[in-house]
Amino acid sequence: MNRLSLTQAFIFLLRRDLTLVLRNRGEFANPLLFFILVITLFPLAIGAIPELLARIAPGIIWVAALLAAMLSLDSIFRSDFEDGSLEQLLLSAHPMAVLVLAKVCAHWLVTGLPLLIMAPILAEMLGMAEEAQGILFITILLGTPVLSLIGSIGVALTIGLRKGGIILSLLVLPLYVPVLIFAASAIDGASAGFEVTKQINMLLAFLFLALSLSPWATASALRMSMS
Amino acid sequence: MFLWFHKLGSPPHFYRIAGRWIPWLLAIFAVLLLSGLYGGLFVAPPDYQQGESYRIIFIHVPSAWMSLFIYVVMAFCGVVVLVWRMKLAEVVLISSAPIGASFTFLALATGSLWGKPMWGTWWVWDARLTSELILLFLYLGVIGLHNAIDDKRIASRAVAILAIVGVVNIPIIHYSVEWWHSLHQGPTVTKFDKPSIHLSMLIPLLLMALAFKVYYVLTLFQSSRAELLKRERNSKWVEELSRGQ
Amino acid sequence: MMSEFLNMGGYAAYVWPSYGLAAVVLWLNWYLPRRQHEQLLLRLKRQHRDTGEQKHDPRS
Repeated sequence: MNRLSLTQAFIFLLRRDLTLVLRNRGEFANPLLFFILVITLFPLAIGAIPELLARIAPGIIWVAALLAAMLSLDSIFRSDFEDGSLEQLLLSAHPMAVLVLAKVCAHWLVTGLPLLIMAPILAEMLGMAEEAQGILFITILLGTPVLSLIGSIGVALTIGLRKGGIILSLLVLPLYVPVLIFAASAIDGASAGFEVTKQINMLLAFLFLALSLSPWATASALRMSMS
Repeated sequence: MFLWFHKLGSPPHFYRIAGRWIPWLLAIFAVLLLSGLYGGLFVAPPDYQQGESYRIIFIHVPSAWMSLFIYVVMAFCGVVVLVWRMKLAEVVLISSAPIGASFTFLALATGSLWGKPMWGTWWVWDARLTSELILLFLYLGVIGLHNAIDDKRIASRAVAILAIVGVVNIPIIHYSVEWWHSLHQGPTVTKFDKPSIHLSMLIPLLLMALAFKVYYVLTLFQSSRAELLKRERNSKWVEELSRGQ
Repeated sequence: MMSEFLNMGGYAAYVWPSYGLAAVVLWLNWYLPRRQHEQLLLRLKRQHRDTGEQKHDPRS
């Protein structure tokens, strides 16, 4: 018997997903491109007034991140659903929640991480205050995994549907509100020179809560969708 | 007790019992509603600060209470659906959603109608109104998901998961929005602040709240009966029912 | 007296629409499922009368 331990299975699945994405680079680039495009539109729409842009930068960066994360959600399970490997995963001996977590991690690495790298550049373009940029980095680091985790529940619920897209946004966006509020307010506070430990702590709490609860919900939603 | 629960859970039994209760519930609802309206519109004195406009409270506050209450009931049904696969809980869960959405809508609309004379605008990003708006989206998500999935047994389980996820998130969303509001509070101080409510206002308020609760059970029975019939239309008991009459 | 009551101290335009809206919404929630239920029953009855004495078909 050559059975994989749980950790091995986790790492194996993570590597498999990353390899698949690296072979198909479009998936990797599209959410990032969308993120940059949306942010580019704002100065064009409201005028390139430096003070105004700096004032609304936290808000638009986070709204854009939210939308980019939402658009990319479908790819967490889509290809595995279509080629049947998701069913295989459900049949495996390992707890589905852990496997789900591996898939969500892979997804975050290819969609969330690029935002993390890109955000400081965009912040500079929008003229965000220097002292806020570190906080921006932290909020994205803590916030985007929560978006992927919560989003995975929504995708798992709608994966079998032909027109899941609109429903998915209706399911997921209201649940994103707390992250949006605390992340944007942390950056806002930091650029005004306030202490923002509270907001960061809240984001951290959201992350742990989502990490511990959402894989279970996603797993049971997947089981439901595949039945 | 368990036997009773089990029996109530069987669709034909529930269908009959609910049908028998509806006239009684309707009568109780009418009595509560009329006495609540009488107390609220005639007996209670005008508010010293807001004049007569505060009478919207008798609709607004009970609706807001119901909107939360019904979501919690839905989540509870969701647990029952996932754990025991109980058909009746599926039906109650999905029949509750439109009623809950209606109460949420009413809370929003009356809040806005109340806000106009008090704040001077139809919409203020007040903490409670904003949470209520997000709650409305949660309800619409439940309804939308249920409509999108053709197989209703699968749809029920999907909705059950969603309701549970939602109910975990509601306190977080509520807290976040309250916090957000306290941060960005504008110059107008909210006038929804709990005043030390007078007894002559409290009694009709509670009567209205009770009336809405009874109304919820009443309409829930009504729409659950319809939903049950629709889902079980091929079963033996429905056939007997439609032949028997 | 009556018109004073209806006037609601000048807030009639806000108070009465609230109550009216509530009445409409609550009535719809009551009426629509009821109508659906009745139509469903009617249809089932017709269906079962048409199939008459035929054996119960699980797909009908």
